[in-house]
This record gives sequence, structure tokens and C-alpha cells, in this order.
Amino acid sequence: MVYQQTAPEQNKRLMFFVPVIVFMTLAIYFAIGLTKDPSRLPSVLIDTPVEDFQLLPIKGRANPDREWGLETVDFKGEVSLVNIFGSWCISCQIEHPFLMQVKENTDVPIHGIDWREKNPDDGPNWLARKGDPYTLIGDDPDSKGSIAFGVTGAPETFVIDKNGVIRYKLIGPMDLKIWNETIFPIIEELRKQ
Amino acid sequence: MIAEAGHFALILALFVAVIQAVVPLVGASRNNVVWMDFGRPAAVAQFALMAFSFACLTYSFVVSDFSLVVVASNSHSAKPMLYKISGVWANHEGSMLLWVLILSLFGFAVAFFSENLPPSLRARVLGIQSLVAIGFYLFILFTSNPFDRLIDPPFDGNGLNPLLQDPGLAFHPPMLYLGYVGFSVTFSFAIAALLEGRVDAAWGRWVRPWTLAAWGFLTGGIALGSWWAYYELGWGGWWFWDPVENASFMPWLAGTALLHSATMVEKRDTMKGWTIFLAIVAFSLSLLGTFLVRSGVLTSVHAFATDPARGVFILVLLIVVIGGSFTLFALRGPTISNKGLFLPISREGALLLNNLVMTTAAGAVLLGTLYPLFLDAIDGGKVSVGPPFFNTVFIPLIVPMVAAMAIGPMLSWKRADLGPALRKLWLAGILTVVAAIATWALATGGPFLGVVGMMMAVWLGVGTFVELSERIRLFREPLVSSLSRLARVPRASWGMTLGHLGLAIGIAGMTGAGAWKIETIQTMVPGQTVQVGEFDFTFKGVEQGQGPNYSLTKATFVVNKDGQEVVIMYPENRQYPISSTPSTEAAIHTTFFGDLYAVVGDPVGTEGGYVTRLYWNPLVIWMWVGAIFMMAATAVSLSDRRYRIGVSHRRKVVAKPPVSQPAGA
Repeated sequence: MVYQQTAPEQNKRLMFFVPVIVFMTLAIYFAIGLTKDPSRLPSVLIDTPVEDFQLLPIKGRANPDREWGLETVDFKGEVSLVNIFGSWCISCQIEHPFLMQVKENTDVPIHGIDWREKNPDDGPNWLARKGDPYTLIGDDPDSKGSIAFGVTGAPETFVIDKNGVIRYKLIGPMDLKIWNETIFPIIEELRKQ
Repeated sequence: MIAEAGHFALILALFVAVIQAVVPLVGASRNNVVWMDFGRPAAVAQFALMAFSFACLTYSFVVSDFSLVVVASNSHSAKPMLYKISGVWANHEGSMLLWVLILSLFGFAVAFFSENLPPSLRARVLGIQSLVAIGFYLFILFTSNPFDRLIDPPFDGNGLNPLLQDPGLAFHPPMLYLGYVGFSVTFSFAIAALLEGRVDAAWGRWVRPWTLAAWGFLTGGIALGSWWAYYELGWGGWWFWDPVENASFMPWLAGTALLHSATMVEKRDTMKGWTIFLAIVAFSLSLLGTFLVRSGVLTSVHAFATDPARGVFILVLLIVVIGGSFTLFALRGPTISNKGLFLPISREGALLLNNLVMTTAAGAVLLGTLYPLFLDAIDGGKVSVGPPFFNTVFIPLIVPMVAAMAIGPMLSWKRADLGPALRKLWLAGILTVVAAIATWALATGGPFLGVVGMMMAVWLGVGTFVELSERIRLFREPLVSSLSRLARVPRASWGMTLGHLGLAIGIAGMTGAGAWKIETIQTMVPGQTVQVGEFDFTFKGVEQGQGPNYSLTKATFVVNKDGQEVVIMYPENRQYPISSTPSTEAAIHTTFFGDLYAVVGDPVGTEGGYVTRLYWNPLVIWMWVGAIFMMAATAVSLSDRRYRIGVSHRRKVVAKPPVSQPAGA
């Protein structure tokens, strides 16, 4: 522009910057929003004791010394993980090899809740084929166990402290990154208590 | 192998897109016609590659190739073929592929229909279109690849949410995406105009048909989605103001504004900067809509959709596309000069009022949708903004706009007198008062808003007819002369008449369904009768049965009115064993005055009792009829001769710079 701008004209030029400023403000909020992953929303059950439930063992995992496959008292005494899975769940297939690694390389017990199998043989067959990372397993065909944890889908993993109180909820498959950055630090912290 | 071929075609399409973006844009800035013309064959190649890639993914779904992650997660061998195919886009990865397919389809359409465009403008439009596509190709290939394989394929897939096994939903995303992505063309035209530094009436004429097409598809997509929610979710509701719905409603509002302001550019050579701004906004909201519901920024989506890499990629893409175009707008916008001046009371003034209301409404929906995000960002806790907010904001905006909508088309361009226009609307005024009294009398005790809604519908509907009769000088000239005028009304004007009528009918439907809905929820045992409004529903009991991939409980209701049987209704409750999720199939009996709507829920007690929900939803069908009118309006308007290829006065515009067309282009 060669000619000199008068004041109103300059105001008009500034008006054209309003959209980009508004959008950039929005973008900053989006960026903050991204750091707050809605899938890791704290469950309402966080910091509450696991509700009472008893689940029968799955086929092939019956233990004559135990009446139930998994029940609330099992969480007392030791920091543990509870993993909701199902042979029908694709994300669980992806998560499964990592759970095997946890079992082989750490001393953290992972308890499993075999959720909503179509056929009672499906879960045991699946584990027989791919390996069994679980310390204790409860069969949960009608969601009694998963309701106690407020489960919305599979896989979900909960960190339970020694007093049987839910401390953390992870939605979706666990992997090495999540384990190193989130889950294991929580477990170490809880073990010190 | 087929999947790998599709994957390869997708990568090739990316390379073609890069060439299509770079060569024509550089050609346009250097005034090199050969380079500029490269955009058209590239657009054709890009579309062909994308069509092939999409066909490969569809094939994988059809043959249930569970070694693909998307197929294993979203399909099942026992699923009916229709839903195997719709499963292609009923997931994140596949829907993104559909998005780019449609984007390349629109690029192809621009290449095909742009015979009369100045070569530099065409080159820039195709280049920008391809720049947007590059972003999407990278997003798909790096974060959401539908052709990813599973190392250990499962024996069968994970099914599909039974709620999604429905024809309404199967065809709703493609329609919606045609709308969303359609705005990419107007966006490309806007950016191209900013680059060219020239916006004129011809530009307005080229942009309007693309806006119309996108708007028509979006209207159809929203209506289909709402219809699906109405009959499938089993709550008798049709609009819930949830983020997914808002995401499609925002570009619709901006698109409505754009449609009207593009008219001003075309007819009056004014509001050009604003129109460019709206074109950018409409597509930005489409992008935002596509991503907000998918990125996990707003809604908590399960398992796969929560991938931080995806969210970051999306944000960067939004910043580049939206931030970049608004920056260009800030730098180049002020140089656009408007020629046509006008006074507040004029056709332009009325269109401007429409624009203000539509953009304010879009802004309000955006605010309401994002408010939970803002609050969460400053650790204000998790909230959700519900219908009360939207209704409170919307109704005061819409009422004056509808009042002006009947008057606007009666005003002349530049300056007008309100008096004569209002006097011509005397019939509409009288009928509006009659409607108010009649509504008040018929729906005693109903909400006041019902009366207001009916007044708006009648005012706008009759007002639209008055405008048409003024146009053909009905009763002021011999009937024959009026009829011959009617035959000569341009199709674009018919578009306005049909579109406004559609809104009037839609408002009546929304008012009826919103204000006078009757619902009852109770436990019923066989033989029991419940009264819903003027109807008596008698529950006759249930039967158990089997569908193709579900088991069902079918209930029988006999509906009587004044002792006469109206209809027998059979709502179902389906259990899908694969995902062990239930779905309700409401029984709906549609009449001109309203829908009878029955839902059967879970069994209660030992005497064969069931939870039942029974509804009387007045005037629901009017909403869909209104939407059909609006879609028809766009089709009629698009067929206007001004937009047809080869009209002589458009040739002249092209003829100005002497350009050599390569043979066969």
C-alpha cells in the first residue's frame, strides 16, 4: 500500500485479524484439552474399596482349596492389578503379549476378569492358546464382577492397593509406555505405603 | 494382497496430491498455462486411485478378511452383507478413508465442471483442494491406517454395535461427509480468490452451486441422523444437542449464511470479504466437526480412538488449515473492495440479518459444545452443556429471523420501504393470528412456545406463498398471464421458495414434537390398557423369536381411538449374542398429525409383565418433509440455467485472457 492509512482504515484492517486470533485461542484450549485424555477420566470408584463380589473360576482353573475364582478379599494384602478381558475383544488380543511380559518380568500379580464370554469354553481356550498371564481369574458371564469396578468396556485395567481400594483405572490396552510412565510408578508408590 | 494393493494406491494418491498441489499453484503464480492445466488430469488420477483404494478396503470387509485390524474390530462373518459394507465407514480408519475419497471426488468434480473457469482460478482451486487432501493422506497413513494387519488374526470379528446395524445409520455418514467435504470446494474457491486478489460477481456465481450442493447434502445427512436417532434409540427424541449432532449442525448454520451471502456477491457485488470469511468458517467447522468427535478431545471414545499421536496430528492439521487460511484472510482480506452499497432496510439488509443470526447461532453452538473443554482446561471440573442452554440461546435468535424471513424476499435491492412489503403480507399476518388462537384453543395448557412455533411456521409458510404470488402478479393480472409468469420463474427463485417452505414445515414439525409430546413409562401385564393422549394402548403379550444374528422379544399392542381400532403395533427388543448388547426396535405408526410410538423393554415380575414406553409424537413427519423440501430446493436451484455449462455470457468471462486449451483437456 502506497497511500497513507487513516485511523478508521487501520481499525478495519485490524478487524480482519479477529478470526485468526479467535482461532488460535481455541487452538490453545484444544492443546490443553489433548493433555487431558478423556479416556483416562478418573472413575467415580477411584479411592473407594472394591465392592463385594464373588466369581466362579473359569474352566481348568478350579482350585480345590478355593471356593471362588476371584473375590473381593483376594485384593487384600498386596498391591495388584485387575484386568478385564474377553476372548472376543480385539484390543485384548493386542494387549495380551504385553501382559505376558509383565507376568514374566515382574512380581506384580495380575488378576483377570473374563468378561461376557459367549461360551464358557472360549476364555479358557483362548488362554490355552496364547498363554495365561493371570494369577487368579474369575468368570464373569453376567457382568457381576465388572459392575463392581464400573467397567464400560474391555480391556480395562485397575490398580488396587493392599487394602483393596481402587487407585487407578486405565481404559484401553496397556503397553510398555503406559506401564513405564503411569502404571508402574503408581504401583511403586502404593507399595511404599 | 488386495489390502496391500489398496494401501499402495493410497500412497500413490498422496504423491499425486503433492504434484496436484504444487504444479498448478506454482503455474498460477508464474502464469504458466501448461502447469496450471496439470491440475485437471491430476485430480482425475487422484480420484481414480482413491476409488480403487476404497474398493480394496470394501472388498476386505465383504470377504471378512479378519487379518485386517479394522475388519476384525468392526465386522463379523454372521453380519448381513449390507452392514458388512457399511462397516467400512462405521469405524475411525474407514471413515477417514471415505472422507478423502469424497474429497478427491469433489476435486474430480471441480476438474470436470470447471470448463468455463479462468485457468488460474481453476488451477488454484484444484491446488488448494489437493493441499487439504495431503493433510488427510498423511493423517491416515501415519495414524489411522485402515490397511494395518493383525499378526494373529482371530477366528471371527468383533461384530458391530447393534445400534449401528441399521439402514438409517449405514447411509448417514456418506451423506453427511458429502456435505462436510462439499464445503472444501467453497473453501478452495475462497483461498484461491484471496491468492488471486480478485473477488467479483462471477466468482460468486461459481461458488454458489458448490455451496448449494454441500448444503443440500449436509441437510440430508443431518435429517437422516436425526431420523435414525428417532426410530432407533427408542426414546422418541430426535435431537439431543450432543457433540456429534452439534458437529454437523455448526457447518450447516455457517453454510446457510454462506448460501445467502454468496447471493449478495453474485447479484450485488457486495459483502465479498464476509463471504470469503464464511466460506473459510464453514469448512473449518466441518473439519472441527469431523475431528472433535473422533480425536477424543471432547468425547470419551473407547480403546482405539484414544491415541495421543492422533490428537496432536489433528491439532497441527487444524492449525495449518484453519489458522493458515485465517492468516491469509487477515493479510489479503482488507484489499477486497465492495462496490454495491445498501441501506439497512433492503434485500441486502435482510440477507445480512440472516447472516448475523446464523453466525451467532453457530458461535453459540460452538461455545456450548466446547464449554466443557474450556472448563476442563482450567481445571473447572467436568460438566456437560445440555438442551436448556441451547434452547435458551436458540429460540430468541430464531424468532426474529423467521419474522424477517417472510419480509426479506419482498424487499427490493439497495433500499426498500418496509410499509408496502408489510401491507402485502396482510394475509400472512391474519393467518398467523388465526393460527395463534387456534393453537391456544386446541392445546390448552400446552407450553407457550408451542403457540410461538406455530405462529412462526404459518407466518413463514404463508409469507413464502405471498412472495411467489407477488412475483407472478397473481390476481393483479389475468390468470393466464400469471401462469406464464409462473412458468418463467427462475429455478433459483424456486429454490428459495421451496427452501423457505421447507423450513416453515420443519418448524411446525419441531414445534409439534417438542411442545405436545405425550409419553408414558410403566410396567404392563398382558391384557392391560394404558391411555396415551386420545389413544388406548392394550398390551397383548410377547413372543420370542430369532432374527438373522439376534434373538428377539416381540410385543403386540392394539391401539384404539374412541373404541375403534387404529393399528396393531409390534415393537421388538433384540439381543445380539455376539456383543451381548440389546437394541430396541420401536414400533412407529406414522400419520399426518403425528406418530404413535411404542417400545418394549425388559421383563418384570413373574406374571409376564414388561416395561413399556408409549408415546404420542405430534407432527413428527413434518420435520422430515421439511428436510426433503430443503434438499429438493437445492436440487432445483442447482438446475438453474445460470449454472449450466456452456451459457454464453459465462464464455465471455473466460474469453478475456486469450488462453490456449490443450487438445483433449
